[in-house]
Amino acid sequence: MKTTAYLTWLLLIGTLSLSSCFKHYKAKINIDGSSSVYPLTEAVAEEFRKIEPDIRITVGISGTGGGFKKFLRGETDISNASRPISKNELAISRANGIQFIEIPVSYDGMAIVVSPKNDFVDYITVAELKTMWSPASQDKINSWKQVRSSWPDVPLNLYGAGTSSGTYDYFTEAINGKAKASRGDYTASEDDNVLVQGVSSDKNGLAYFGLAYYTENKDKLKLVPVKVTGEAPAIFPSERTVQSGQYQPLSRPEFIYVNAESAKSPFVKQFVRFYTEHAASLAREVGYVPLPEEVYQLGYERFLNSKTGSVFENKSIVGVNLIQLLSE
Amino acid sequence: MITGGNARIRSEKVMEFLMLLCSMVSVVTTVGIILVLSVDTVRFFGEVSFIDFVTDTQWTPLFEDKHFGILSLLSGTLLTTCIAILLAVPVGVSIAVYLNEYASPKFTSIAKPILEVLAAVPTVVYGFFALQFVTPLLQRFIPGLAGFNALSPGLVMGVMIIPYITSLSEDALRAVPKSLREASYGLGANRFQTAFSVLVPAANSGIIVSIILAVSRALGETMIVAIAAGQEPKLTFNPLESVETITTYIVQVSMGDVPQDSLEYRTIFAAGMALFVLTFLLNNISFWIRKKYQRRYE
Repeated sequence: MKTTAYLTWLLLIGTLSLSSCFKHYKAKINIDGSSSVYPLTEAVAEEFRKIEPDIRITVGISGTGGGFKKFLRGETDISNASRPISKNELAISRANGIQFIEIPVSYDGMAIVVSPKNDFVDYITVAELKTMWSPASQDKINSWKQVRSSWPDVPLNLYGAGTSSGTYDYFTEAINGKAKASRGDYTASEDDNVLVQGVSSDKNGLAYFGLAYYTENKDKLKLVPVKVTGEAPAIFPSERTVQSGQYQPLSRPEFIYVNAESAKSPFVKQFVRFYTEHAASLAREVGYVPLPEEVYQLGYERFLNSKTGSVFENKSIVGVNLIQLLSE
Repeated sequence: MITGGNARIRSEKVMEFLMLLCSMVSVVTTVGIILVLSVDTVRFFGEVSFIDFVTDTQWTPLFEDKHFGILSLLSGTLLTTCIAILLAVPVGVSIAVYLNEYASPKFTSIAKPILEVLAAVPTVVYGFFALQFVTPLLQRFIPGLAGFNALSPGLVMGVMIIPYITSLSEDALRAVPKSLREASYGLGANRFQTAFSVLVPAANSGIIVSIILAVSRALGETMIVAIAAGQEPKLTFNPLESVETITTYIVQVSMGDVPQDSLEYRTIFAAGMALFVLTFLLNNISFWIRKKYQRRYE
C-alpha cells in the first residue's frame, strides 16, 4: 500500500515538473516598468492568457525609470510607464538605436481625502496643498489654521504615499514642483489601506492616494475638491473630470511603450491590439479611469502605422489634451 | 559485555555531542545576530555621525532632507512601553497577590490557565484588536485621539504582558518563607497588610525581575505597534498622537522597496542595534538585581 502511494506521488510530481519544464511556448513577451501601470497590464495579460495560453507574458515591476533602463537596452518588449519618456531617456534611445511606439492606456487620478467628521474643509487649492506638503513645512506647518486662516487651530495630521511608490513621485512633482521633494513628518505607507484606515479615523487628518482606493472606501472618507488656483472652480475627481482634463494637476495618463522591433512580431501585434481593445473595461475593473474611446483608437492607429517617438517631447504632461496630441 | 559497554559509552558520547550542538545553536545565533548588526551599524556610522544619531530630533532617512535622529523612534518605543507597564504592573501584581493569598485553589486552577491564554494570543490579533476596537472605544471618551496613537496599542500591549508579570510574581510570592507570613498574622496583621506590607516587599526581587522581563518584551513588541500606533516618527510623549517605534520602522523599511546595501537600508541595522543595546542592558540589570536581592532574603 505504502509503496503504491509513494509511487503515485512520485509519478504525479514527476509529470508535473516535466510538463512545466517542457511546456512549449510559441512566443514570449517581456514587460517591465511602473508599479502603478502594473495592475492594468497584468489584468490585460491575464485575460490574454485565457485566449492565447501558448504565448508567455511576464510583467515585472521595476518602476517607470527602472523599466525604461531595461527597455532602452532592448531587454524588454514593452515598458509600462506612469509618465512620458524623459529627455535623458530619449537621448539614450537615440544613442542605442531603440525605436518605440508610445500608447496611452489609462488615466490615474489622485484623491485628496479627509475624515467624514471633518466639517470645515470645503475645497483645497494647489497652493494650500503645497503649504501642507512642501519640504520647507517640516516641523513648521502643524495646524490647519496655518494653511488657511479661516480654518480652526487644530493639529494637521498628514497621511501619504511611501517614498518608493509611484504615487509619491507624481504627487510631489505635481504639488511641490520636484519629484521626491516632500516633508518627512507624516504617516508614510506604501500600503494604501493603512492610509485609508488612518485618515478615516482621524478627524484632523488629510491624505492623498490613488482614486481607486477612495472609490473602494467611499463611505469611510470625505473627498475634497481641488482648485488649481484660488479663482478656479473646485473640481472633484471623477471619471468625467479626469477624462476631460479638468481635474488638474492630480491626474495623469499612463502609457505603454512598445519596442518597434518587437512590434513586428505577430504575437506582440495581437497583444497590443487586445490591450487597446480591453483597456477601457479592465481599467475600470482595477480602479483606474479609462481614456476616451477615441484615444484608444488613435493609440492603436499609431501602433499600426508604426509611428515612433513621443508626442510629449518638449511638452509638459500637465493639462494635456491627448486627442489633440495624438491626432497631430 | 565489553562490546556492549563500549557501545553504551559511544552512544553516551554521541548524545553528549548532540546536546552540545543544540546548546550551541542559541549561542551561535546570538553571536551571529550581533555580528550582522555590528557590520552594518559600523558602516552606517561611517556615513552618519553618532552625535547626530543621538541628538537630532528628526528621523527622515527615506526623504530628500535626511535626518537620522533615533530619539524620534526611541520616544515612540518608550512611550508605548511606559503605557503598557503602567497598566500591566499594578494589574499583574494584584492578580499575583490575589491568586496567591485570597483565591481558593479551585478558582486559581481555573483562572490561571485562562490568564495564560492571554500570552498565547497571536500579537497580530492584539494589533487589530487595538486598531479596530480599543481605539474607536477610546475615541468616544477622548475626542482628540488620532486614529493611530500610542495609547491604544500601549494599553493592549499592557494586557498582553500581564501574564508574564503575574506568572513570575506569583512564583516569587510563593517562594517567600512560610515563617514570614505566619509571623505577620501572629502580630495581628490582616490579609491585606500581610500581602502588601510583608509578602510583596519580601518577594520584590522576583517581582522586579518579572517587570524588567515584561519591559524587554514590550520594547521589542512589533506587530501591535506596527498595526495600531502609526508610522510617523515624532519626538513626543503625548499618548494621543501617532508615533513610530523602532520595530515598526524596521518592518516598514524591510517590506518596502528600499535598495539593499544603501544608507537607507543600513538605518534599520542601526535602529535594530539601538533596540538590542536597550534590551541587553535591561536584561543585565535584571540579572544583577536577582543576584543582589536574592542573597538578602535567603
